[in-house]
Amino acid sequence: MIREAVIQCVHMSCAYGSSVIVSDVDLEVRRGDFVGIVGPSGSGKTTLLKAMIGAISPVHGSVDVGGDVRLAYVPQVESVDWNFPVTVLEVITMTRTKGKRWPRITPAEREEALDVLSRLGLAGLHDRHIRELSGGQQQRVFIARAMFHRPDVLVLDEPTSGVDVRTRHEVLHLLAELHAQGVTIVLSTHDLNGLAAHLPRIVCMNRTVIADGSPTEVLNPVVLEKTYGAPMEVLQHGGMPVVLDSSGIHFPAASPVP
Amino acid sequence: MGLLSAGILEPYQFEFFRNGVVVATLAGALCGVLGVFVVLRGMSYIGHGLSHAVFGGAAASAVVGLNFFAGAGIWGITSGVLIGRIARRRIIGADAAIGVVTTASFAVGLALLNRYGQAQKSIEAVLFGSVLGVRTSDIVAVSVVFLLVLLIVGMWYRTFLFATFDPEVADVTGVAVQRVEAALMVMLSLTILVTMRVIGTLLISAMLVLPASIARMLTKSFARMLWIAPVVGASSAFVGMNLSYFVDTSSSATIILVSAAVFVVAYAVTGFQGRARIDSLHHV
Repeated sequence: MIREAVIQCVHMSCAYGSSVIVSDVDLEVRRGDFVGIVGPSGSGKTTLLKAMIGAISPVHGSVDVGGDVRLAYVPQVESVDWNFPVTVLEVITMTRTKGKRWPRITPAEREEALDVLSRLGLAGLHDRHIRELSGGQQQRVFIARAMFHRPDVLVLDEPTSGVDVRTRHEVLHLLAELHAQGVTIVLSTHDLNGLAAHLPRIVCMNRTVIADGSPTEVLNPVVLEKTYGAPMEVLQHGGMPVVLDSSGIHFPAASPVP
Repeated sequence: MGLLSAGILEPYQFEFFRNGVVVATLAGALCGVLGVFVVLRGMSYIGHGLSHAVFGGAAASAVVGLNFFAGAGIWGITSGVLIGRIARRRIIGADAAIGVVTTASFAVGLALLNRYGQAQKSIEAVLFGSVLGVRTSDIVAVSVVFLLVLLIVGMWYRTFLFATFDPEVADVTGVAVQRVEAALMVMLSLTILVTMRVIGTLLISAMLVLPASIARMLTKSFARMLWIAPVVGASSAFVGMNLSYFVDTSSSATIILVSAAVFVVAYAVTGFQGRARIDSLHHV
C-alpha cells in the first residue's frame, strides 16, 4: 500500500531577495516517514523546512501540504529567549490561540498539557521557569509544545545542535517513540553519526537534493563529497555506516620536554 | 488625625488636581500594561522615539488649529508605521530608523512651535507635562484607551504572548504576527497620545519601562507581570502626584522618581535573582 503524501515539493526554489538558497527541490514526505535532512551550514536545510511549513513561499515551483494535515514546528533551541518570563505550562498552552477569548488555562487544557508533559518525561515540571530546566528538558518542552498542537507531522530544526551526548540520546529516543505512535517526523541535522545514521531515510542537501534514501544507500563517499564538498570516508560498525572526516591533516605528536 | 487628613486632602479641593490624579493613575496603569511588551520585546527605544514623534504631531496640530488628539494621533501612528517600514528593509537597523524618523519629527515640532507657537510655556508643557492643563476630556481619553488596551490584551492574551515570545513559530502556527505588532504600535501611540499632557514627552518612556522592569524582577511569570506592572505604575503615579503638590515639584518628575525609588527597593530586596532577571531584559 502506498502511503499518502503529506508534504510535496515540486521543482521548488526559495530565495531571500536575489540570492537563491534552495533550488529545484523535488521531495515527497509520506505519512509515517521519519526523514533527516543533512548538509553543510548554509546548504538550505532550514530554508527547506521553513518552506515545508509555509513560513516562506517558494519563488519557483510549489510546496503542497495535504489538506487535513496538521503541522507543528520545533525551532532551534538557540533561537529561544530563555530569560523570557514563562513557565513550562504557559509555553505549552500558548499555542492554542484559536477561539481562545480568555487568558485562563481551562482545567481541560491543563489536564491535556500535563498529559503531554508526562508522556514526554516532564511530569511535575509544569510550574518551572523554562530556564530552570536541563538542556534535554528544554528541548523536550518545545517538542511537548508542538505535540500539544496534535500534529500529524512534526518538523524540527536541528533538534540536537549544541546538546551533549546524553541529551541527544534522550531526544532521539523520544522522537522514535513519537514516530512509533504514528507521528510523521522531518528534521534537519548536522549530526551524521549521532542522529542521521539512525533514521530510516536521509535527504542530503546542498542547495538542492543530492541524494535521498536509507543511510546505507546515501552515506557513501561519492554522495558525501558532493554534499559537503570535502572528502569523507565511510566505515561499517555494528551494521551501521559511520562517517569519518578525512581531512588528510596530521599534526606531529609533541615531543616530550627534555 | 483630622488635621493630618485635611492636610493630605488639601489639594483635592482643586478640580485640576482631582482630574490630574485620575489621569496620572490611569496613565500609570496603562503604561504598566504596555510596558510589559515594550521591555520584553526590547522596544524601549521605540517608546522613547514614538513619544518624540508624537510631539511633532502635537505641535503641528496646535499650529494649524487641528484637534490635538487627531493631529498627534495620526502623526504618531504614521511615524510608527514608517519606522516599521524602514527597519524591515534592513538597510539601516531599527534603532537608526527610529532615530531618523522620530528626531526629525521632534525637530519639526520644535521649529513649528518656535516659529508659530504662542509662548515658550506650551513647549515646556508638552515636553515635561503639566497637571494644570488636564481637562475632563483627558480623563475620558485615557479611560477609553485603557479599557481598549485591557480588552485587546485580555481577549487576545495568548496571541500576544505567543507573538512576543516566539514570533517565528507563532507565524507558522497561524498567528498574524504582523497584525499583532501593528496593534502594539497603535496601542503604544494612543497611550503616548493620551498620557503625554500629564507625563510629558521626555519622561513618558520611563513610565513605560520602569513599572514593567520592576514587575519582571518580582516574578518569572508573564501573566503575573501583566498585573504587577500596572499596579506599580498606578501606585507610583498616584503617590507621585500627591507628593508633587506638597514638595512643589513637577508632577511627572515626581511620579518617575517614586517609580525609580520602587525600582531601587525591588532591586535591593530581590537580590541576585531579581538582578539576573533584569539583566536579561534587552535595551533597558
